[in-house]
Parts: sequence; structure tokens; C-alpha cells
Amino acid sequence: MSLYILSKEKLPAFVQALQAGFRVVGPVRTPTGFAFEDITQADQLQLDYNTTILPPKKYFLPQRETLFKFHTENGSDNPRTVDVEPVFQDVQPTVIFGVHTCDMNGIMLYDKVFSEGFRDEHYMLRREKMYIVGIECLHPCDEASFCKDMGTLTAPPIYDLHMTEVDDDYLIDTGSEKGERLLLNYSEAKMATTDHMQRLGRVLSAKWPRFRMRLKMSKDQTPSLLTLGYGAHIWEELGERCLACGSCTNVCPTCFCFDVQDELEITMQDGQRVRVWDSCQLHEFALVAGGHNFRASKASRVRHRLMRKGKYIKQVHGLTGCTGCGRCERACLVDITIPGTLNALHDEMKVESGV
Amino acid sequence: MIPNLTTTTTPRAYNGHTSIYLPTIATIEDVHDETALEKIYTIRLPGGQNLGHTPGQFVMVSIPGVGEAPISVMSSPSRTGQTFKLCIRNAGDLTGIIHKLKPGDKVGIRGPFGRGFPVDHYRGRDVLIAAGGLGLAPARSLIDEILDNRANFGRLIILYGARSPAEILFRDALAEWAEREDVESLITVDRPDEAWLGHVGVITRLFEHIQVNPYHTVAVTVGPPVMYRFVVMELLGKGLTPEQIWMSFERRMKCGVGKCGHCQVNHRYSCQDGPAWTYAEALAFEEAL
Repeated sequence: MSLYILSKEKLPAFVQALQAGFRVVGPVRTPTGFAFEDITQADQLQLDYNTTILPPKKYFLPQRETLFKFHTENGSDNPRTVDVEPVFQDVQPTVIFGVHTCDMNGIMLYDKVFSEGFRDEHYMLRREKMYIVGIECLHPCDEASFCKDMGTLTAPPIYDLHMTEVDDDYLIDTGSEKGERLLLNYSEAKMATTDHMQRLGRVLSAKWPRFRMRLKMSKDQTPSLLTLGYGAHIWEELGERCLACGSCTNVCPTCFCFDVQDELEITMQDGQRVRVWDSCQLHEFALVAGGHNFRASKASRVRHRLMRKGKYIKQVHGLTGCTGCGRCERACLVDITIPGTLNALHDEMKVESGV
Repeated sequence: MIPNLTTTTTPRAYNGHTSIYLPTIATIEDVHDETALEKIYTIRLPGGQNLGHTPGQFVMVSIPGVGEAPISVMSSPSRTGQTFKLCIRNAGDLTGIIHKLKPGDKVGIRGPFGRGFPVDHYRGRDVLIAAGGLGLAPARSLIDEILDNRANFGRLIILYGARSPAEILFRDALAEWAEREDVESLITVDRPDEAWLGHVGVITRLFEHIQVNPYHTVAVTVGPPVMYRFVVMELLGKGLTPEQIWMSFERRMKCGVGKCGHCQVNHRYSCQDGPAWTYAEALAFEEAL
């Protein structure tokens, strides 16, 4: 793939031209912060945003999605005839501008989760319509981010285009052929020269020291730390603080758990089965028939979330379960943070082992 | 990289696409009242397609408009031709509606899912099955599979604990097993009535009545979570190792296909890597029991 250059003043024309054939979304300013929303005018796009409330996961796994429709001739409690038909959400080809590298890592995990094992075509069909246009992060979003610790400050190879602001230009790397076609067909981008590459190198090497590390251990040590710390005291403390509101999982770019619900029309004959985002932080999540709850305490649920982020997802899918985006920390009303938890666990284990 | 998977009911394509969440609409051929709480359903997939399951696997059963839940398959592969059987307890909204269904009614089926009991591994060995309550339904699948291939296995020991005589499942089968010389079966109830002459107490009380050769025995236990801890103690006390003990971990599967997260036991999904695990595997889980 190749490196291109597009002057900043030519970006609005690119965004405007895409309107002809694509839904264009990207970070915009809202009264409550930045959010990924539809871009109809190029000047809405805020590529110098810090973070968004929700990650772009909402375009890949909508908060609510119909899986199939059904029709029962005599109603659900007398199902003599039942017809079912799957619903595959008909999405327009969508260009997502301004995806940070942390969020790209989240999407990369989703791609594995929904393509491996039983292939989820509801996800995959939508995924094929998505164009990811990344933006290189040159400054930390805020105090809550710890992407550098999690190794997500580098763009993973899932983008179609990836833009880096270099003086008055964007240097744009093409990650896929469809991304390159998009760029060449809808913008005035030109091949980058050796000089541009040198400038890009200077910008990238200058950015690295601006990001601080927050963890007392490396990300590769978090699985063993969590294994050792399964019975640590900190979980009880966190369980007492946690409100079990589920905000942390809602805003998380790697959370993909869902509930499945049936919705019936007033006729009692037609309806649909939907999936909606769910949260392992809610009391009912691990409840089974007969009333046994495998994670009845908040302490066990907080621990489960941390275990998933720092260990389980890596064990199952081989990718980091936490992107260090900091959204859960910003959303938490009682100041439960992933770096704070891992560091406290690290300290507790250190005292315990006498090291 | 997890390899790509399909299952028997992976449905036909719509415009070239299939949905792993779409149930296959199956027909209830027969409904049999088993106890006051449980009914046995004989279910036929379209065209009489064989379910193709192994003992210990489950299917997702749904009534569109009400919901979907995991149910263990009761019939053994050896007794599954064009139909299969499920033993369903009336325990909630969905199973309450299912209990009102009659022959000819339709239910949605997806599956079979999960990893069942490794029957081939049990060949040539003595098999001890300890089932509690409704756990006898998934155990039945394994028991019938062994009975129908009786020469391939050593002793078959069945321990069954029910809460009360009225809640005893599969009375006909229990009577048959009691008659057979190649089956050793013992039943106990927690709360006897006046007519009860058999063993009284929890299932662990039965272990004092049996002796096993630990070198030749595998054990399978299926029942409510609270039972496992005590049954495992007994089995270890008989000299079995954790590798010789299998157990089924029921969780509230919402998708059956390893996506929704509900059945997660530490890093494993019960609907994919389970529900049957050895105790040795379960020891590595912190929150299994």
C-alpha cells in the first residue's frame, strides 16, 4: 500500500464528495462532548477531538439489532404455524472518519469475535460496508487514557485509510485497496514524496514522549497478575464502591456481550427477536434457571470485568481486551479505574509475596 | 484462531446469507407428562433430519414471542432417528408456555451445541453416573447410549437423587435398570413419603453402598451446582482422579454460539468448550462451582 498527501484545505472537498455515494460519520462536537455522528457538512468533522462518549462500536454492533422476524398464526401460546425470516440490517456503505488507534484495536477484536467459530453474518455483512479512516493520535486524549501502556498507540492493520496531521497536510496511508480507491476517486490526494515521509517520521517520533505510562507493570504481565490476584482484598473494596450501573461496559470499545429478547406486536402474531447490549456488571447477567447466580456479588462482577479486560479475552482471542481508551474511567461515577485497580493489585500482591 | 463451526440446524441461506441465531422450526410429535413439574417432548426437525448430537450436548429451544433457553438433550444418539426427546421442567415464562403446547405445535430449535461427554473415551471402562434432580435427563442420553452398546463398556453404575418420591423421573426406565443384571442402580430421596421404602438422604449417601475399581472407572455427574462439590469429594474418596470425573456446567446461554458472554466460566464459554468438563479442567476455573 502507498502513502499519499492531501492538503488540509482539500479535506472538506473530499468529505463533501463522499456524500454522493456514502454515509459519512465522524467525531462532531455536541453539548456533552464529542460523539461519532453523521457528517452532512464537512465543517462538522472535528478530527482534532480528544475522545468520544461512545466508541464507534455502535456502527459495528448497534445497541439494538433485529436478528429475525417471526409470524405465528394463532399467537405465541398456540404456535401451530410459525414462520421465521432473518433480518440483515441493510446499511449504506459508510466511511468512518477520525477513528483513533485505540478504537481500531477494539474493532479488530470485534472482527475476530464475530468471524471466528460460528460466523455472525449480521455483523460481517455490516462490517463489509464499513470504511475505516483512522487519525493518528498526536496528543493524549486526557488524563484517563493509557493507550501507551496497552500497546494501542500504534494503528493496527485494519484501517482502509489512516491520516496523520503533518503541518498543513494530512499524510494518508492506504491500508486496503478499497481505501485507496476511495482516496483516489473522491479526493485530490497525491503520492507522498521522500520529503513528506521524512516529515511524517519526525511527527511520529515527536509524539511518543508526549504519552505517559500509567501502569506499574507491562500489559503482558496483567494476565499473571490477575491470576495471582484472584483472591485479593481489592475486589471486595471495589465491590462496595461499584454501583453496578453498567456504564463502564456501555462505553467500552471491547465489550460485545448482548442479551436476546423477543418483542411481540400488539396483534400477538408478529414480532421480532432482537439483541441488545448487555452488561456483566448487572445482577441478572450470570443468573441461571433455578435461581443460582454465579456472580451474585458486585465484587465478583467487578473482578470478572477486569479479568476479561486483562486476561480472558487475550486467552480466547489472542488480542488485548482493554485498549486503554479511558472511557470506563471517565464514565464511572465512583472512580473505579483500570490502571488504578491493576496498580493496587500489583501493590497488594507485592506486599503479599514479600518482594 | 478459532476454526469456523456449523451445526445441524444451521439454516438455509436467505439471499445467500445464513443467520446463526435463526431457529429451525420443528414439530412437537408427542408430549408426555412425566411428573407434576416435568414433561417429555418428542421433537421432529423438518424432513425428520437427525439431530446428530452427542450425549451431554444441548439445544436452544424457542417460542418466538416468548424467548429461547438452553435445554439438554434427553435421548441418546442411539435412540435418535427422525425425532429426539427433551425433558423440560416448568421453571419460568418460556418453559411455562412450552408446558401448554400440544402435539402438532411448533418450537424453534438451534443446535446441538457444546461439547458433550466423550463416550468413545469411556469405552472399555466402568461408568459411574451420579445424577441429581433434572440432571437425570442429560444423564439419560449417556445411559441409553451405553445400554444400546452395552458390550463396549464395563460396569454401569447409576446413582440418582431426587427431592421426593413424587419428583422421581423416568420411573419406567429406573424399573428396567433395577431389573437388569448388567446395571447397578441406586435411588435416594431427600424427603420420603410414607410409602417410600428406599434410601433416604442426599445423593452422597449412596456412595457407601458401592465399591469401584478406581483404575477402571470414569464418573459423570450432572445436577444442580450445589451437588457437585459433595459428589466430587465422594468420587475422590473412592480413589478417582480429577481427570476421571466429568461434570456438566449449566449456564444461562443466550446465544449458544460463543458470542453473548452469558455462559462464561472464567475464560471459557460453557456453550462452546462445555457444558461437559472434567473436574481437572474445572479445577483451573475459579468460579466454576
